Amino acid sequence: MSLEGILMQVTVMVNGQNFTNDIEPRMLLVHFIRDVVGLKGTNVGCETSSCGACTVHVDGKSVKSCTVLAVQADGMSVTTIEGLASLDGEMTALQKSFQNCHALQCGFCTPGMIMAMESFLLENASPSEAEVRHALEGNLCRCTGYHNIVKAVLSAST
Amino acid sequence: MFVSLGLDKIQEVFADAAIGLGRARIFAQFELLMRSYRKAWSEVIPVKFEYYRATDVSDAIDVLASARDAKVIAGGHSLLPLMKLRFASPMTLVDIGRISSLSYILDRGEYVAIGALTSLRDIETSPILKTSVPILSYAASFVGDPSVRHRATIGGSVVHGDAAGDLPSVMLAVGATVVLQGPDGKRSVSVDDFFLGFLETNINFDEVLLEIQVPKSDAGWARSEFNRRAQDWAIVGVAVLGGKSPRVSLINMASTPIRAFACEDALVAGGSIKEAADLVSSDLDPPEDLNATSAFRSHLANVLVRRALERSL
Repeated sequence: MSLEGILMQVTVMVNGQNFTNDIEPRMLLVHFIRDVVGLKGTNVGCETSSCGACTVHVDGKSVKSCTVLAVQADGMSVTTIEGLASLDGEMTALQKSFQNCHALQCGFCTPGMIMAMESFLLENASPSEAEVRHALEGNLCRCTGYHNIVKAVLSAST
Repeated sequence: MFVSLGLDKIQEVFADAAIGLGRARIFAQFELLMRSYRKAWSEVIPVKFEYYRATDVSDAIDVLASARDAKVIAGGHSLLPLMKLRFASPMTLVDIGRISSLSYILDRGEYVAIGALTSLRDIETSPILKTSVPILSYAASFVGDPSVRHRATIGGSVVHGDAAGDLPSVMLAVGATVVLQGPDGKRSVSVDDFFLGFLETNINFDEVLLEIQVPKSDAGWARSEFNRRAQDWAIVGVAVLGGKSPRVSLINMASTPIRAFACEDALVAGGSIKEAADLVSSDLDPPEDLNATSAFRSHLANVLVRRALERSL
């Protein structure tokens, strides 16, 4: 049996808009977001669920989109970094806090950091510094700029 | 069953070499082969497969029994990495991830029942588990990171039986029971009989893991691991549940998660903690890899087990 050409139709809501496409079952969610939907804010880092650059929200919880098949997100709601700000462009408290604390150097890890920490702050609105550092375990900043990232998360918490 | 690294293609090339094809052609073939591998590795995506989303458990079992070379996927956090590395290349994936009735943590008196689809994040934060099986929720907090734990399921972790995994060893320490369902009904298997070999567990191709039953215990416990960087897999890890006959299990000291029987026996026979810890790898042949020699693993296991026993007995 050849699996060549077996496509499946999926409908994924990305940032409030439905995208219906025929895709290969093996397509990863991160490639669907970047190459089918065309949103490039979600980065591909390690593709082994280590670095966290591809973190998005699926049905409101942070996941690493390199380790989810796009077909598994069929019918689900995905939020990417592009979908966080309100329609008039007003950024979230955490995004502003990243800006104010200068919590980025090269910026490659930033979308994943913000998506992971938005989800974390929903689960724990007033974390300790140690809790923030532990929660950042799955997001690597290869500029090693963690201190300002931790400051930004703490300053966005209540 | 898991290993499909395209060795047949490499053999083809060597067979051509053996029958005396020109060197240029051999090199051209090898070049092509290596280029296709590099491409595959650089893209880090799985080989092609068919995808089927099961509506319920019996639907999943029907497809598993009839489809060729099918495997169950749920969170995908054990299987997809294996598929990306081409250690697994099933032709069909049966997705049970939407069968929400398999996600639960229930107090059933003697034990806590955990549905196969329960996320590790739910296990980490469950009040029932924190009270009744604290070693499990504690150990779950070390698996991957919060985003991984949102998606990874307890069923996937146990059914793969990775010797390096955090939770299979805890299941051995607490003496859990695994409930499976196949075409002929349900069966229960003690975890002691569940981990058979490297990434091989006691589940048939047409069975689905439904539930893991974890006995409650108020005995002392300890769980620790040694690694070089925070996010790494354990080089060696240990889980201990104390009580009258303590159970000691080890991460990465064999091709499966494994109990340290010699150590347990020494404790039951009245041996001291040090005597028992010294025996921890006497009946084992720890693997050797880039992270550690066999002797270093034995040393780590000895130290970790001694400390764990001191905390839990």
